[in-house]
Amino acid sequence: MMHELTIAQASAGLRKKEFSSVELTKHMLERINKVDPQVNAFVTLTEDFALSQAADADRTLEKSENGGSLLCGVPMGLKDIFNTKGVKTTCCSQIISDFVPPYDATVVSKLTGLGSVMLGKLNMDEFACGSSTEHSAFGVTKNPWDLSRVAGGSSGGSAAAVAADMAYYALGTDTGGSIRQPASLCSAVGLKVTYGRVSRSGVTAMASSWDSVGPLTKTVQDAALVLQAIAGMDKRDSTTPNVPVPDYSKNLGESIKGLKIGLPKEYFGEGIDKEVEKALRVAIKQLEDLGAQVKEVSLPYTKYAVAVYYVAMPAELSANLARFDGIRYGSKPSGDVKDMIDYYYQVRSEGFGDEIKRRIMIGTYVLSAGYYDAYYKKAQKVRTLIIRDFENVFKEVDCLVTPVSPIPAFKIGEKVDSPLSMYLADVFTIPINCAGVPALSVPCGFTSDNLPVGMQIIGPQFREDLILKVGSAYEQATEWHKSKPGL
Amino acid sequence: MLSKKEIEHIAVLARLGLKDGEAEKFSGQLNSILEYVKQLEEVNTDGATATSQVTGLENVSREDSVSRFCYKDELLATTELPVERGQIKVKPVITEL
Repeated sequence: MMHELTIAQASAGLRKKEFSSVELTKHMLERINKVDPQVNAFVTLTEDFALSQAADADRTLEKSENGGSLLCGVPMGLKDIFNTKGVKTTCCSQIISDFVPPYDATVVSKLTGLGSVMLGKLNMDEFACGSSTEHSAFGVTKNPWDLSRVAGGSSGGSAAAVAADMAYYALGTDTGGSIRQPASLCSAVGLKVTYGRVSRSGVTAMASSWDSVGPLTKTVQDAALVLQAIAGMDKRDSTTPNVPVPDYSKNLGESIKGLKIGLPKEYFGEGIDKEVEKALRVAIKQLEDLGAQVKEVSLPYTKYAVAVYYVAMPAELSANLARFDGIRYGSKPSGDVKDMIDYYYQVRSEGFGDEIKRRIMIGTYVLSAGYYDAYYKKAQKVRTLIIRDFENVFKEVDCLVTPVSPIPAFKIGEKVDSPLSMYLADVFTIPINCAGVPALSVPCGFTSDNLPVGMQIIGPQFREDLILKVGSAYEQATEWHKSKPGL
Repeated sequence: MLSKKEIEHIAVLARLGLKDGEAEKFSGQLNSILEYVKQLEEVNTDGATATSQVTGLENVSREDSVSRFCYKDELLATTELPVERGQIKVKPVITEL
């Protein structure tokens, strides 16, 4: 089936003229219209836009023979946090539910420049705050493997669209696990890059010292292809360092014989679902069979990462979301207001959902006079200790392997009224954002209820090439990524 | 523990209007989060510097040159408020006390 292809396969088909990009795009739009009413991955469908981009891509492919990007003509979707010129970008919030950006995010310009085709914008938790997309203003995204369960979040729409073959790839953002956790829950590949590896210009900021942009794909090879297209320094994002971008596909398929893999004991303890742990143990055995040397290691400050995150992230979020005041963009208050301050109260009260309000208030509190040192400064210091944990462990081993999520996809509604229990769903992904290192989520099995389980491969800063190599070696030795949810 | 009054004060600082009953609802949730993050107190951070940037970049400056990003009309087109003489018209900021 055409929609089941990977990027690499779709690209090869386009070059061999088995189908055109317009045909591929029409097929995907039909697929979305058939499947998405059950899943709710897309919040905006850009059919005409996609078909016009596809026609352009066909012309480019005609001219360039085998040259050009492998992404040319291959349809994809974008989390609704990426600014798209002329196409509504809502962050799945009522406060900017009609916002049409006047410019493209840098990554969007890069993909457009390579001839990509955008099918539409994907669902997410409001302003990327959540682990289930239940905090979206436009309804929850359902897990393609079990429609009564969440797809994860915040990039839940991106993961579900890729897993249900409604897009060949998607872009998401990851601040505390928002690419890896939904990828794991939906059986997709998700890459959280090194902090600063990919430009965030034109991507609505959540927590600026944590945010990253990355791909969700069907295979590790595809993740390398998308990363190649979006990585690098950007003068519009001063946090992108001038570190060379390697050829991410070059080492894929190479042996991992002799590679030292650490298993941090803090990630295999209490609170992890038995079946998730079992799937991981089998996967680790397979990595050993492939020649890797596995040893137990320790990251002693792991247990404080969630606490660090829930001080520092809301602090940064509350500052970033201060710009949503309904003046330069965003919705007006519904009732009469007497002055400016009343205007702010009403716009923000009506426009933000409960989770955003909670986080803004926590952030405002920990930054307020008298509490800054006790909370924010303290959290930043503990963050330093967590970073040192990773620096030390990478002197011993080349990469780390852990579960992505301690539990498989949970039921819709199960955690939505208990913020803390939702936050703990990210206990294995948050420490990685703390340290700004890259991590890859790769499908590694299913529970007895047929719910996907993901393995997390973590590397040192700017070693995306290494974790992609490990992920690719594992993927080639297993069949998990080929399983389909049957929608 | 944050009292209802403190929650209301934080909401004012954050420019969030609270509806009836919201202060009570948020109070329990916010307190459980603050209770959880209290565990940071037990960590000895003597000698640890505060991290605000993880890849070590410092003082990044751009070239001192003018480049066009968006046109004024494109930026003004995103507001829902009236635009007069190239400016967005808002409610009065200073009112009688």
